[in-house]
Parts: sequence; structure tokens; C-alpha cells
Amino acid sequence: MVEKETHNALTVSEISSLIKQSLEDEFSNVSVVGEISNFKAHYSGHWYFTLKDASAQINCTMWKGLNSYVFFKPQDGMKVIISGRVTVYPPRGNYQIDIRSMKPAGEGELQAAFERLKKKLAAEGLFDEVYKKPIPEYPNRIGIVTAINGAAFQDMISVAKRRYPLLEIIIASSKVQGEGAAEEIALRIQELNKLPGIDLLIVGRGGGSLEDLWAFNEEIVARAIFNSSVPVISAVGHEIDFTISDFAADLRAPTPSAAMELATPDINEIFAFINEFPYTFAKNMDDIINVRFDKLNSIKNSYGFRTTRDLVKNRSQFLDNLFYKFDNTFSKKILKYRTEAELLSKHLESFDTNRILKKGFALVKQKDKFIKRAAELDASGKMIIKFFDNEITLN
Amino acid sequence: MTKKKETFEDMLKRLEQISHLLESENIGLDESLKLYEEGIILSKKCYAKLEEAELKITELKKQNEFNPE
Repeated sequence: MVEKETHNALTVSEISSLIKQSLEDEFSNVSVVGEISNFKAHYSGHWYFTLKDASAQINCTMWKGLNSYVFFKPQDGMKVIISGRVTVYPPRGNYQIDIRSMKPAGEGELQAAFERLKKKLAAEGLFDEVYKKPIPEYPNRIGIVTAINGAAFQDMISVAKRRYPLLEIIIASSKVQGEGAAEEIALRIQELNKLPGIDLLIVGRGGGSLEDLWAFNEEIVARAIFNSSVPVISAVGHEIDFTISDFAADLRAPTPSAAMELATPDINEIFAFINEFPYTFAKNMDDIINVRFDKLNSIKNSYGFRTTRDLVKNRSQFLDNLFYKFDNTFSKKILKYRTEAELLSKHLESFDTNRILKKGFALVKQKDKFIKRAAELDASGKMIIKFFDNEITLN
Repeated sequence: MTKKKETFEDMLKRLEQISHLLESENIGLDESLKLYEEGIILSKKCYAKLEEAELKITELKKQNEFNPE
């Protein structure tokens, strides 16, 4: 009985082999939608992760040669659609999906991945203003990381030629989409950082689909940009395209051409400035000289000089006043002297009468008046007869 | 003074500096005349440099040929 049963029984290897055959035949080409968790990119280049939904999970593997066609780096939490086949591994008694291709379960998934990475890097401070380096005003050497055959590079060259032909451009060509693009971009940024004398980096590419631009949304590129000791301008796609690189860079340019515009001064403005120098500065020299004239004048009119001048003015006024005063007093005195002189002369006149009296004449005075004619005399009234020596009063 | 090679940027910066100095009010007359002369010489040099400028493009060869492995 036991023997028979043993005879009918399958060995573990046999049943495993049957399961393997059955499962692998049945599920040789499946398409599965699920959420990535426990994602691990092994050093060997292979990817290992679990695909899950609310109530089940399944192990997945994606080999190096195949995963390089995936344009994005899977993140935990990302919803993807994979296609592949189920394989059974008898030594461990488990099964897994061997993935051939993988794509996001929708554009929304990429957007969500973008937001997750953005949030994570923002929390780490990679986008902080304090780390933003200034863009040099007159760069000598600009390093560019883009595809050397791309239109973006040609656009940048023509802008540089037009705006600032003094420039030296070092192009570190890189894949900008698809297999290994993000890793190569990051590496080229590091290499340019090792060159001496580079003032600025422009990292970018021309327009494309979200998928085309995805390398610039990868963490490795964002970190390379952030860690660059040379300032970086990010220039990916068109005006409307925002990438993680834009946030990590020191400056975001809407397009590669715009990046070169932002990076270079305009030669015409420099020409204008240089040409104008002799004129504006001749004028400046005039101003400088005029300022000195003005200063001289203001010194001349300054308080110090003014008081001295006023002092002289005041003294002269004082003198004028003095003269006026003198004049006034003198004229009064003169008047007084004149009156006195007149009196004196009258007095002197009287001396003339005395002389006549001395000779023996006499004067008759009545009522204080000298009588000059007999008819004027009141013979009965009081009169005074004045002789030289004395007066006699007759009543 | 080191005879370092004067870059265009250095010259232009100096020219701008001179322009600001000449516009400032507290500059000596003698000094401003010297600056003016220096400015004229510099502007001629800058002009010549711009005239003969030609964009230089160098390709940085891949030092370690990129290989994800």
C-alpha cells in the first residue's frame, strides 16, 4: 500500500517541473497592472521589485538589457503596466514575472512620480535659494551638456555667435533620452566640473514628449546639477516644460536658445558702451570740471568769506555814519558860530560909536533908543545922555 | 604687478569701474584725468578684441566611455 502510494506519488522535483511547465505555458505572455514596491536596482544592472495591489503581490525581475529601454527609473508607489512571462524557480519553489517591458499606467503616474521626487528633493533642500549660485556676467568658457547632433546645440551655438563670439564653448555631448541618458548626463556634468576655467554650464535639450524629457526628471541628474560647483542653467524643452533639473539648477531657462541668451551679454550693448565711452566720459570730465567751478564759487560765497567781506562793508557803513554825524554836528556848530560872529560884529560896530564918543560927541537915549533927530525927542521925558566916560540920566 | 593676461572680462569690468568712478562726486581732478585716459585706451582695446572675436568650440571627449555596467 505504502509502496503503491509511493509509486504513484510525484517527487517534489517532478511536481515542481509540472507546475513550471504548466504555469510557464499558460502565462507565457501576460500584461499586468500594479504598483511597484521594494524597488531595487542591483549593481549588476538588473531590477528587482514587487508588483502589488490591495490584496496580492508578485515578485518581478527585469534584466539589464531590457530595463535600459525603460525611459524612467521606477519608484516605489508608481503604478505601471508590465508585460512579460511567468517563470517558476523550482530550487526556491517560487514564481515571478520576468518583465519584457514596462510603462507607466498613465501620464498621471509620471506626474505623480515627478511630484514625489520633487517633494523629496525639496525636503532635502536641493531647490533652496541659498544654494543658487550667481550666473557670471561675462563668461569666458561655457560647458554644455546636450546631444552634439541635436537642434538645441545648434540653436545655442548660433545665439552665442550672434551675442558673444568671445566665448569658448566646451560641448560634453550626451544622450538626452532613452537608455542610460540620465546617468550619462550626470557623468558629463561631473566631468565638466573637473575642467579648469569653466564659468557656467548649460544642461538641456530641445522639446519633446514628457517621455523624451524624462531623463531631466531623474534624481541622478538633479543631484549632479545640485552638486556642480560651476553654476548651472537648466534648459529643457519648451517654455511650458518644467523638469526637476530646472528646480535643482541655479537658473531655469525656458529653452536652450534662451539659456544661451541668459548666459551671455549682448555684444551690441558692449559695443555701444565702448563706443560711447569717449563721448559720455568727455561729458563726465566736463561735469567734473564744472563741479569744481561750482565749488569754487560756493567757497567764494561761503560764510567765512562772506563775513570778512561783510566786515569790510560794515566798517565802511560805520564810517559813513560817522561822517554823517560829523557833518551834522559841524553844521550845527557852524550855525552857532555864525550867530555868535554876527553878535560879535554888532558888538564891534558898537565900538565904532565909542570912538566918536571919545572925540567928545554924546548920544541921547530915550526909552532905550538912540535919538537921531531933534524931532524924535520928547523933551519933557526921561532921557539918558551917553558920554564916552559915563551916562547921565535927565528927568 | 603681475603681468597676468588680461581677459576681456577684466578689461570690460575695469571700464565699467572707471565709468562709475568718473560719475562719482568725490574723485580728484588729476585722478579723473588719469582714469579718463585709461578708459580711452581700454575702450580701444576692448573694441579691437570684439572685432576679431570668433566663437571657439571644443568637444570634450568622453573620458570614461559611458557604460552602465
